[in-house]
Amino acid sequence: MARVDFTPNLARQTAIASREVSAETVREALEALFREFPAARGYVLDDQGATRQHVAIFVDGEAVKDRIGLSDPLDENSVVFVMQALSGG
Amino acid sequence: MEKTLWLGTRKGLIGVRREPDGWEINGISFRGIPVPMFLPDRRDGRLHAAIEHGHFGTKMHVSVDGGATWEEESCPAYPPKPEGVPDTICPMSQHVIPWSLKKIWALESGGADEPGVLWCGTIPGGLFRSGDGGASWTLVEGLWNRPERSGWFGGGADWPGLHSILVDPRDSRRVLVAISCGGVWETVDGGENWELLGEGLIADFMPPESVGDRNIQDVHRLDWCRDDPDQVWAQHHCGIFRSRDGARTFERVERADPSDFGFAVAVHPTRTGTAWFVPAEIDDLRVPVGDAFCAMRTTDDGATFEALRNGLPQEHAYHLVYRHALAVSDDGGTLAFGTTTGSVWISEDAGDSWTRLSAELPPVYCVRFG
Repeated sequence: MARVDFTPNLARQTAIASREVSAETVREALEALFREFPAARGYVLDDQGATRQHVAIFVDGEAVKDRIGLSDPLDENSVVFVMQALSGG
Repeated sequence: MEKTLWLGTRKGLIGVRREPDGWEINGISFRGIPVPMFLPDRRDGRLHAAIEHGHFGTKMHVSVDGGATWEEESCPAYPPKPEGVPDTICPMSQHVIPWSLKKIWALESGGADEPGVLWCGTIPGGLFRSGDGGASWTLVEGLWNRPERSGWFGGGADWPGLHSILVDPRDSRRVLVAISCGGVWETVDGGENWELLGEGLIADFMPPESVGDRNIQDVHRLDWCRDDPDQVWAQHHCGIFRSRDGARTFERVERADPSDFGFAVAVHPTRTGTAWFVPAEIDDLRVPVGDAFCAMRTTDDGATFEALRNGLPQEHAYHLVYRHALAVSDDGGTLAFGTTTGSVWISEDAGDSWTRLSAELPPVYCVRFG
């Protein structure tokens, strides 16, 4: 099972919690989370389903390459981390 | 007299009340989060706030208890871009104009006879309509799919922005919108079909053959006289313009003093020839003329203008008022504006004198009574 973790700032805005999910790609992992926490979708993805401009997603410490399709593969023990990129002042 | 004022700011939504001794700040919602747009819906008392998380995007919240508590509601979302539809390229930057919500820049109630109808203007230029009080939103495709949209470009922001929505009190199906930079558009059938208006608007900054192109006009803010909506005023990038036929044709008002550059305009709800502005020097010097801050009023249909300085700083002042940050009360007697430097002034005598509410606020985006 892959694990999905979030910046605590996201948990401050919307009910969401880390979960272990069965998923082969980042997209599948996030969709599994959003099924449980549907309100979180719009905080991570934009209205076209791409990663928000100021959100970053890492897999095992590496930033995902496909920020639009989220096709980056996961393995059995991957950790997906959703964080905030730098933005504003 | 109005008793409540709302300030959408860079750091939250600030509520202001008229107490017996004057106006006082009485609370903040969404502390620390930008609130670019806010709507008090007078038909049902609900408050709608667009809040803009730096990282997590724009969200809509609603309050049914006067702002004491808020709930997240549906946010306008662009539908998936259909297969085969080509990208729209900004004619200025040659970059692809996003097919995605970037900012909520206008919120208005529908007519009194259509409860639940709300209109929402956005960057990159899409107009949305809700028929259920904000529970769901639909992109107004009749405007978004106009081929002329490929001629629109950003003015100030990177992308085109729909910032003014006027619903005709005589016929709720007639709506005017204004876009920076995409001209003034009218629907008379509730949004199905749209016509480009604005003959006579002049974009001096364009190449000579395009200065009169209605489709690229940069109206900064459009307002009309509530009791006579054919009487329209526009604060445009290139001056102040006046229409007497519902925005179909405009004439430039030449006598603004001290300046005809600015962003905001508010028209008196009952007197067609009275309007207020907050001028800046010129488009590339967006500071008060001579560093002396004033609002500006005409009461004779633009024949003359008065600089309204009583209570405003007259030296070393660098305030600028954005397009949504000037408001007039329903009776035309009380005005308020907020500045990019965090001051808010209120006048209870139609602009003759001003009292500063605070100089300690965040940059102010949106000011509304209600």
